[in-house]
Amino acid sequence: MKKLLLGNEAVARGLYEAGVHVVSSYPGTPSTEITEYAAEYNEIYTEWAPNEKVAAEAAFGASQAGGRSFCGMKHVGLNVAADPLFTASYIGVTGGFVIGVADDPGMHSSQNEQDSRHYAIASKMPMLEPSDSAECKEFTKLAYELSEQFDTPVYLRLVTRIAHSRSLVEINERQEVALKKYEKNQAKNIMLPAFARQKHPIVEQRTLDLQEYAESSAINRVELGGTGIGIICAGSAYCYAKEALGEEASYLKLGMVYPLPVKLIKDFAAKVEKLYVIEELDPIIENHCRQIGVEVIGKELFPLCGEFTQATVKAAILGQKEESLSVEAQIPPRPPALCSGCPHRGVFYILKKLGVFVSGDIGCYTLGAAAPLFAIDTNLCMGSSISALHGVNKANPEFQDKAVAVIGDSTFLHTGINSLINVAYNRSNSVSIILDNSITGMTGHQQNPATGYNIKGEPANAICLEDLCRSVGINSVVVVDPYNLEELERVLKEELAKDEPSVIITRRPCVLLKYVKPNPPLYVNKEKCKSCKACMRIGCPAISFKGGKAEIDRTLCVGCGVCVAMCKFDSIGGEA
Amino acid sequence: MSVTSVLIVGVGGQGTLLASKLLGNALVTQGLDVKVSEVHGMSQRGGSVITYVRYGDKVHSPIVDEGEADFILSFEQLEAARYLPYLKKGGVIVTNTQQIDPMPVITGAMEYPQGLAKEIEAKGATLISIDALKLAEEAGSSKAVNVVLLGAMAKYLDIPKEVWLQTIRENVPARFVELNLKAFTLAG
Repeated sequence: MKKLLLGNEAVARGLYEAGVHVVSSYPGTPSTEITEYAAEYNEIYTEWAPNEKVAAEAAFGASQAGGRSFCGMKHVGLNVAADPLFTASYIGVTGGFVIGVADDPGMHSSQNEQDSRHYAIASKMPMLEPSDSAECKEFTKLAYELSEQFDTPVYLRLVTRIAHSRSLVEINERQEVALKKYEKNQAKNIMLPAFARQKHPIVEQRTLDLQEYAESSAINRVELGGTGIGIICAGSAYCYAKEALGEEASYLKLGMVYPLPVKLIKDFAAKVEKLYVIEELDPIIENHCRQIGVEVIGKELFPLCGEFTQATVKAAILGQKEESLSVEAQIPPRPPALCSGCPHRGVFYILKKLGVFVSGDIGCYTLGAAAPLFAIDTNLCMGSSISALHGVNKANPEFQDKAVAVIGDSTFLHTGINSLINVAYNRSNSVSIILDNSITGMTGHQQNPATGYNIKGEPANAICLEDLCRSVGINSVVVVDPYNLEELERVLKEELAKDEPSVIITRRPCVLLKYVKPNPPLYVNKEKCKSCKACMRIGCPAISFKGGKAEIDRTLCVGCGVCVAMCKFDSIGGEA
Repeated sequence: MSVTSVLIVGVGGQGTLLASKLLGNALVTQGLDVKVSEVHGMSQRGGSVITYVRYGDKVHSPIVDEGEADFILSFEQLEAARYLPYLKKGGVIVTNTQQIDPMPVITGAMEYPQGLAKEIEAKGATLISIDALKLAEEAGSSKAVNVVLLGAMAKYLDIPKEVWLQTIRENVPARFVELNLKAFTLAG
């Protein structure tokens, strides 16, 4: 039976069919659904870990115990997980161990455009890269065979366009795999320098063995068409090349992007007149070709930045461009915005009003940086807001009473807690605001250690954020309802004035959560409205200006009341 | 059969993903190769969203480029104009007449352009305009805009009506099936 599956869904199906025992991940677009779909199979133990490093270590442990294990993450999550993985490479596996990593060329939902293939090279572990959902499933299963055959963790690399595209997949049964027998083996499983020195040459030999495998593996295949143009490609680039050039060209389609074959590439190069490497992001295949003395055309024609399409290939190789229509009218852009009723909106409004420096973090609330609030000053990576603020305050104590960090509940537990420990331990007079909307929001509502539920929706231990903050040494911890602007402003001023580190928890669940019942929508009394546009300053998508007066879209409004607090003329209220 | 390309565009939160899922699954029953490319994550927060659906004997790329779309199904008028460059010569746009102000209009930095429908037609595109919000409310929920619009586009596609209805039954939660079956036929 064939089904139309999302790439991520097909990876999850591959995990199921491969008899995987344990999945531990942290959500991150575009990788999240792998783990969500895996959780639908009761045969697989699945969990959300607090961060990618913890997830990778849990998966490593599951492998040591003889189980087949998986952890999934987005490209920047791999930075967090890198420490255990580089040494897991030396140790190898007992049960198969696969790391799913999803890159985001074009940065649909990311802060950078890093190419995870560098990690395969640097950590000396093989990496497979599928081109559609059918390959997502097949390569996932193959990854477990390779992992156990070559005694190595294996990366499965996706990009957004493969992870979030649906295509047809043949559905098979699960193959139950018994736990491998655990045997204590310190020389294999403990990387003391003496053991690691013995292990390193084995890792180097393993790469050579895998390269040999790459020469003849069925997933690295030649498709001969016209021999005037030869294309070496993998993953998404194969789709675009094939779409643009069809049978006019010949292809070396690589399913394994590390290690790369040598003889296979040289043989292919000998068959075609002009040889191109098409790859999104960095010139990894291209550099390999040059290194082995094969002349190719690559990044001199194709961009280093952004996502490709078939048009990229047509333009670069054929010099063709499709004709297109367009309207003369200026089309206003439609950037994403904080939802109407978002509990973060009021916080950013007050921060802007007080003119404080805001150290931001990763989540929906990064949108507080956008118009019209423009409330964030700097933003780096998961968990960085509090540690960066600490650095700001240490460098220039004048910031202490006019700077804050903002961080979501899930991000705080990801790595923000480490940053808060630093604030308490090394004593900076920092004000950290935990925007507690009681869910992992941006990635689409995943549970986390503070929500009280696990990935299956079963009741779980819920961390009390107040107690956690106090226990690391923060004495001033205040909880505020972010819909109450007056209270919010008072508390902020108070905490900024204090001569000690403090935490403000703004607590109100995400309005998109199913259990959150919206208040009745608000309306504008047009007679009382003085057209001052004060209500527009909060950037609520439900409020617009029509016929010289403010108007509230009743299908969007959830009655949060933040605009009511903005209006000096008492013109916004409930039903007349 | 050569490849047909459909663009489904709208505003994050309008339910474009259900429309592409239904279309994709309906096409699969016709024995065709299908690829659907979706937008998740950041762009969903009220931003402009775009989904590609491509089908035929063999589909390679999941993406539709400028000048390649046979159909554009637009959930909002401004979005129809924004994605007009994707339309192939002789292609058809089915659009909701609903207008949703984007942030630059809300903040007063820009105007919502007027007369877009006329301008799109003047460029030579076939434009079918439908008040899908009104019809969705008639069916029982403003959230059914997606299925109303899908019903409007369905008459241009070679898929039997019973297949559509069955696809809706299989892909929509049981308590919303009746509502969506009604919504599908309102503009069909």
